[in-house]
Amino acid sequence: MKIAITSSGNELTAAVDQRFGRAAMFILYDIESGEFEVFDNKQNLNATQGAGIQAAQKVFNMGAEALITGHCGPKAFAALSAAGVKIYCGATGTIESAITRYKEGGLTVSTGADVEGHWV
Amino acid sequence: MKIAIASGKGGTGKTTLSVNIAQAIDSPLVLLDCDVEEPNSRLFLNTEYVGEEVVSTLIPEVDTEKCNGCGECARFCQYNAIVTFGTKPLVFPEMCHGCGGCAKLCPQGAISEIEHRIGSITQYKAGKITLYQGCIDVGVSMAPPLIRELKKKIPDDQLVIMDAPPGTTCPVVTTLGEVDYVVLVTEPTPFGLNDLALAVDMVRALGLPFGVIINRVGIGDDRINLYCERENIPVLLEIPNDRAVAEAYSRGESIVESVEGYRELFAGVMEKVEEEYRGAGK
Repeated sequence: MKIAITSSGNELTAAVDQRFGRAAMFILYDIESGEFEVFDNKQNLNATQGAGIQAAQKVFNMGAEALITGHCGPKAFAALSAAGVKIYCGATGTIESAITRYKEGGLTVSTGADVEGHWV
Repeated sequence: MKIAIASGKGGTGKTTLSVNIAQAIDSPLVLLDCDVEEPNSRLFLNTEYVGEEVVSTLIPEVDTEKCNGCGECARFCQYNAIVTFGTKPLVFPEMCHGCGGCAKLCPQGAISEIEHRIGSITQYKAGKITLYQGCIDVGVSMAPPLIRELKKKIPDDQLVIMDAPPGTTCPVVTTLGEVDYVVLVTEPTPFGLNDLALAVDMVRALGLPFGVIINRVGIGDDRINLYCERENIPVLLEIPNDRAVAEAYSRGESIVESVEGYRELFAGVMEKVEEEYRGAGK
């Protein structure tokens, strides 16, 4: 199973990017093999609107079944839910520590958006 | 004749000029408040309500019985207003530009278009001024469709003054389309000049004749005059930074009616504009 994490850098030691739609990049982590891929999010960073929706499509197309991020707005949440991607908001610290918490069951599935759109 | 009062920078006096030029003219005219995100021309006029109409755009509605989840609609939409994940599409009305492409493209004929309210146009009367005020609903970000509806109120036989939104983005370009002359209002400050230059680039790209009015002369320096001289742009008027004007403004009064000497000043602007317009070979 693969999970996507919003990241501020391209290593597992990078911090979790608190934004979803406008995250610097996404790390796609394979739970079974421990391998990961990095996807940049430049296109969405510069979008005036719809970054969350587009990022949701991107995460879905990567083949992620779950997303770990800091915060998630209403449109992104609706899109990710429709895509069947589980959302875990409220992650902080490094990508590594977020993955560890996820594996230990320390993250809970979000049931709704936790911020308004354009919150930063 | 259709004149738009625009600016780069916000707060330089677009509304003040629109309202006061309108009041300084003796003949009947139409005033369009195109700053639909915060229309405020009416604050400075004693208006009588005439009527209101709702403005809507068309958004897609998906017949889930007919839809087979092919995703053609989502691939077409540049604005992410309709998205699919190998499933039935999800519609985000606030992202939709109303182009209708998804409905035309759908191989299953599963998409129809329905009306989605974005705002309203209210008509008022203030003496010889007919005011149409566009007002976008809270949370709606798409001003151009509302401005296009508002511009349908433009009569053929009367002078029209349009109070434009600030900046140089889509709502402004929509407002300026097909006007006869653009008045750019600015202030003699670094910020004023920076944004004026952006607005000048915009009106030049649109190929419209234009002139500049410098408001609140005295708060800065002569950088606007020097710029206009260099760029060969006519300065139509310089309005001094006058406390009496600020006081009238803060009471919601028009300057031509409250402060002596200004009626002639604003009436003179129209003469200047007509002169420049004719000079531009129109």
